[in-house]
Amino acid sequence: MISSIIFIVLFLGSSIFFYLNSKKIRRNILLGKDISITDNKGERLKTMILVALGQKKMFTRPIPAILHLFLYAAFVITQIELIEIVFDGVTGQHRAFRPSLGGFYTFIVSFIEILSVLAFIGTIAFLARRNLLKVPRLVKSELNGWPKLDANIILIMEIILISFIFMMNGADEVLYSRGQSHAENLGDRTFGLAISSYLGPLIYGNMPDAGLHVIERIGWWGHIIMVFSFLNYLPFSKHLHILLAFPNTYFSNLKLKGQFDNLFEVTDVVKPNFDPAYQPVLDPNAVIKFGVKDITDLNWKNLLDAYSCTECGRCTAACPQSITGKALSPRKIMMDTRDRMEDVGKSMDKNGGTFVDDGKTLLGDYIKHEEIWACNTCNACVQECPVNIDPLAIIMGLRQQLVLEQSSAPNELNGMFSNLENNGAPWQFSPADRANWINEN
Amino acid sequence: MSNTTIKVPTMQEKIAKGETPDILFWVGCAGSFDDRAKKITKAIVRILNHVGANFAVLGVEESCTGDPAKRAGNEFLFQMQAMQNITVLNGYDVKKIVTGCPHCFNIIKNEYPELGGKYEVIHHTQLVQQLIDEGKLKVQGGAFKGKKIVFHDPCYLGRGNNVYEAPRDVISKLDAELVEMKRSKANGLCCGAGGAQMFKEAEKGNKEVNVERTEEALSHNPDIIAVGCPFCNTMMTDGVKHFNKEDKTKVMDVAELIANANDL
Ligand code: SF4
Ligand code: SF4
Repeated sequence: MISSIIFIVLFLGSSIFFYLNSKKIRRNILLGKDISITDNKGERLKTMILVALGQKKMFTRPIPAILHLFLYAAFVITQIELIEIVFDGVTGQHRAFRPSLGGFYTFIVSFIEILSVLAFIGTIAFLARRNLLKVPRLVKSELNGWPKLDANIILIMEIILISFIFMMNGADEVLYSRGQSHAENLGDRTFGLAISSYLGPLIYGNMPDAGLHVIERIGWWGHIIMVFSFLNYLPFSKHLHILLAFPNTYFSNLKLKGQFDNLFEVTDVVKPNFDPAYQPVLDPNAVIKFGVKDITDLNWKNLLDAYSCTECGRCTAACPQSITGKALSPRKIMMDTRDRMEDVGKSMDKNGGTFVDDGKTLLGDYIKHEEIWACNTCNACVQECPVNIDPLAIIMGLRQQLVLEQSSAPNELNGMFSNLENNGAPWQFSPADRANWINEN
Repeated sequence: MSNTTIKVPTMQEKIAKGETPDILFWVGCAGSFDDRAKKITKAIVRILNHVGANFAVLGVEESCTGDPAKRAGNEFLFQMQAMQNITVLNGYDVKKIVTGCPHCFNIIKNEYPELGGKYEVIHHTQLVQQLIDEGKLKVQGGAFKGKKIVFHDPCYLGRGNNVYEAPRDVISKLDAELVEMKRSKANGLCCGAGGAQMFKEAEKGNKEVNVERTEEALSHNPDIIAVGCPFCNTMMTDGVKHFNKEDKTKVMDVAELIANANDL
């Protein structure tokens, strides 16, 4: 009875806390400009299934892909067991589904156990890779501090979680074989769990019943508390991608990567020069801002991108400018965008929902000009991203701001602009000489 | 390359004669003004002349597509250029365009339509592939038989528009040995020119992008680094010079390979 109440309080508490934090994230994402993405539902669904669920783009690097798949599959499949845990927790029963599910129960829990072992192996490998092997994309400076800690915390949580599962199942197997488990006795002497029916007796075989009951309870409570903690850790972590990868891939850019958007604010002004019949749509007296200075100038998809970023650095590892030691790192662009969103969000939390200007902007205070001007617009980062994030869209918006609002392009580019404007070519050649090549030898 | 004079009719001349060209050859700024790129332009023209294509160029009526401005963030300048070009192209009722540069190809094909310029646009490697497929162009290996060729994907042809096979198909007709770099096709590495970097100094770092890319290409010890973009051509040529490999390795456009092989 008491334990049911504790469980219900924990369950509701963590659900409410998660709900409140999710609402903040939603609010932050909606700080972005509104755009409508309602086309091609079928293709979008397919992209989501292939890229988010099927992890298609991970498989360009097969070894991390398989290790990651272990963690991911264990994560997804373990949720099935949660149904029973929550049911048991609320009703005070123990393995309530076993009598009615029979062999299927054994199969599901065994499956979870096997995946948990694989996930355990994956986790150890990832910890080693991050902390011992020093893979270049995982030791870049933008990961110093919290991002690095975040990555390690989640891996360690995974190990603890898995350990709890095997404490719970292993001790319970031994108890059941002695007829002492709180699970309903079905007349057999084992649950037949793929791992614990062996591992349990091996580790706990000599322990007295009382000790086993304690271990089983520690495992059970530990497991569920880890799950609740994990859930509530997500909103503060790069691991939010576990959830946001789905909407983010659904709303992927489906156009050719080479095709950049044309700014309508510009078309509306330029078009009348060429087409006198064209009637401008935008109010000529309204103040129109070009490009991106802060997160509110980005659209909600750019901001969803930032919250979906796994900080894996595949983009940065493929970026020609990062490879050659320039300040630009597409991963950092995404991390900065998220950091800025969080900072703005915190200010809103503190000030009753309104953002109090802190004198900072995404452009300049988070992302430096030097980074923006290094980009080759080559789309390698977009191609690589396992959850279809588009760092280039943000970079382009920032460039537009620098050129159109602040006139602060590098000098050589200003030179190129004036050549283009005066001569119709990026170099200083006369337009009258454009066809000279025809008669040259 | 032989010195038969090339025939390059302009749109204006064609129209004056009451003729309608089947295809417009969009030369581009590099192809018009850059000495190295002009050779590529001429190679494309030789191929067009060889197959007797009914084509024309805009000549002095052509102006920059606005691509360098757009990628550098100057959307105004881009749209001014685009609409000016669209006015000219629509005035001549142009239906089909072949470009000598992947940047012109991408921007006319993908970003002009919304501004009122809707054309069928192909890159010159696609044109050559079509001519071969239609049997209009027969390619002999010629000088390139057995030579080792690596192909460098231009970002705006490959990743930008998913055209990976046309240039490779064409090269494969040369009886040469086509080698793939580790970073190729969708994973190709930029030459370093894109995004208007061509027109400015690189930002502070520890290496030039073109050196990184050329190093990778040269690691295969090729006779030829084949490219499909005048800017890649510049970058890779500079890269080869950086490693003092000009004697061993030439940087050539796919169009030049074909024109040379056929002794056009
Ligand atoms: S588009 Fe820009 S940021 Fe992305 S990989 Fe290329 S150079 Fe790097
Ligand atoms: S943008 Fe994509 S590729 Fe880059 S770090 Fe984030 S998730 Fe990884």
